[in-house]
Amino acid sequence: MATQQSPSPAAATSVAHVKREGPKFSWIVPLVYIVFLMIPIYWLVVISFKSNFEVMNSFSIIPQDPTLRNYKVILTDSSWYLGYVNSITYVLMNMVISLLIALPAAYAFSRYRFVGDKHLFFWLLTNRMAPPAVFALPFFQLYSAFGLIDTHIAVALAHCLFNLPLAIWILEGFMSGIPKEIDETAYIDGYSFPKFFIKIFIPMIASGIGVAAFFCFMFSWVELLIARTLTTTSAKPISAIMTRTVSATGMDWGVLAAAGALTLIPGVLVIWFVRNYIAKGFALGRV
Amino acid sequence: MLELINVTKVAGGQTHIHPTNLKLERGTLNVLLGPTLSGKTTLLRLMAGLEKPTAGEVHFDGADVTGMAVQKRKVAMVYQQFINYPAMTVYENIASPLRVAGESQDSIDREVKKVAELMRLTPYLDRQPLSLSGGQQQRTALARAIVKKASLVLLDEPLANLDYKLREELRAELPKIFAASGAIFVYATTEPSEALLLGGNTATLHEGHISQFGKTISVYRNPVDLISARTFADPPLNTMAFVKSGREFKVADSGPGEASAHKSLPVPAHLSGIADGPVTLAFQPHHISLAAPFPSAPKLRVKTLISEIAGSESFVHVEFGPSRWVMIEHGVCDLEPDTDVEVYIDSRHLMAFGSDGKALAAAPHDDSHRAG
Repeated sequence: MATQQSPSPAAATSVAHVKREGPKFSWIVPLVYIVFLMIPIYWLVVISFKSNFEVMNSFSIIPQDPTLRNYKVILTDSSWYLGYVNSITYVLMNMVISLLIALPAAYAFSRYRFVGDKHLFFWLLTNRMAPPAVFALPFFQLYSAFGLIDTHIAVALAHCLFNLPLAIWILEGFMSGIPKEIDETAYIDGYSFPKFFIKIFIPMIASGIGVAAFFCFMFSWVELLIARTLTTTSAKPISAIMTRTVSATGMDWGVLAAAGALTLIPGVLVIWFVRNYIAKGFALGRV
Repeated sequence: MLELINVTKVAGGQTHIHPTNLKLERGTLNVLLGPTLSGKTTLLRLMAGLEKPTAGEVHFDGADVTGMAVQKRKVAMVYQQFINYPAMTVYENIASPLRVAGESQDSIDREVKKVAELMRLTPYLDRQPLSLSGGQQQRTALARAIVKKASLVLLDEPLANLDYKLREELRAELPKIFAASGAIFVYATTEPSEALLLGGNTATLHEGHISQFGKTISVYRNPVDLISARTFADPPLNTMAFVKSGREFKVADSGPGEASAHKSLPVPAHLSGIADGPVTLAFQPHHISLAAPFPSAPKLRVKTLISEIAGSESFVHVEFGPSRWVMIEHGVCDLEPDTDVEVYIDSRHLMAFGSDGKALAAAPHDDSHRAG
């Protein structure tokens, strides 16, 4: 905090007083905001430790009779935990496919000028603007024709429509930040293009790849509509399974909450790992 | 020997390099001197093989290498920007050309250590290039170029982004470092003083044309045309239109009634052979001064405009008729603006150019008064 030289001590105190006033309570607004954001998540976690009876019949901020039954159900019943396996499978497939295609595509956009390159680049982004529901029907028809319904690769490919443009967009920003002279220096040093790309170029844009992978993961992990349309049983994602917890005994609130809480974990982990890269991505103005 | 035969580069409808012929011998230092956008970088890229000439051929040691991939040529290049591989340590940066060439770890280690010693990078071998100062980064890039033992080393304004001290230091070291290797060195720069300090040969480049190529000193002393002379002058060359009549150069547009005193120059001995008629006279800013360079030096009356004082020397801008000249004076020289002063022209170094810009007669080779 800056202190000002002042001739009279009274004035000095008043200046200091005014200066301290601001920071003193400025934490209140973010705190209220964060509490507000955290309430649903807290509630989800609390419910996941309650029995269905308690959920339906009482209002308690802290579980009266904490139980791990809900988590046990999910982690032992294959129809539940396979949902996570399915989700993670197609999310990872999608990340790999998106990055493998986006890396050369972004390199081309950042290094070469060709007819319509700017239009093509913008058109890619417009794909991203369309709501996924628009594509649900054509995707279903198309994948049925090829016998791909209810496979992981179907969902992974369908999600590429949204993730690929974003990944290209992000990576292009990172690649354009690297001077072309580095490419040329590598060629002069004797590197062939593939060798240069893998040994020199990819390490330089590692943070960009991290950011792109994060966004692919996030979209694919939370996307419900297309994933549900293209799967029936063997590749069903966890988010789709969660919508079918109505049984003869009514809604199983506790298990549903536990499933929701577990769904948050991969996202938290991924964010934790790429948090520094994301900041860098924001600094480059492409995220 | 590197040979450019009618090499032309056209990109996007614009001619970047006009048909150029150039022969560079092994073991020579060649300076490409020209202002920005004169095509220095394009010419270097054509020599390196990073760009393919639109027309013409590039020969190396007698073999046509025009379309050859840059990886297969024995070239090294250093850019004006500090270009290193940021994800590698300084050691790996220097080692990279050797690693690609598949040399053994022992010889790589030996070579890298040796070059690092030469470029005074030994303490930084384990650091990342971006954590180093600009000078150290550029030394890393230079080290990578040296370690490769290329037969053609291209330096594109390698010292332009360095601070003054480092530039002087490296400029003195570079020719020594490179002289030992027997390769062809091509050094692009915008600064005439750099070309003179480096010595060797100089090609003056202007708008994609090589106007002159030869020994640096002789290009400086005897420019073949006005363009070459202008390229090789910093501060800008002083020029003025005169008319030669008999034993006098008269100011071209001196109207009747004006006093002819201080408006004409006697024709110096080395220019006495040229025909009467209009000529453009040119001289370097240090060949005009307030003090007489020799007893019978001719005088002109000029009007002062502004004095830029740089400490050890002052740049005095003066006006002579329609021409604006720069005069370099030693020490601090603070002349009042808008005053008439008499200045001496060192007529021994006058250059005369015809209306087509070609030199009419060369200044004599006379080492008793240094032209630098």
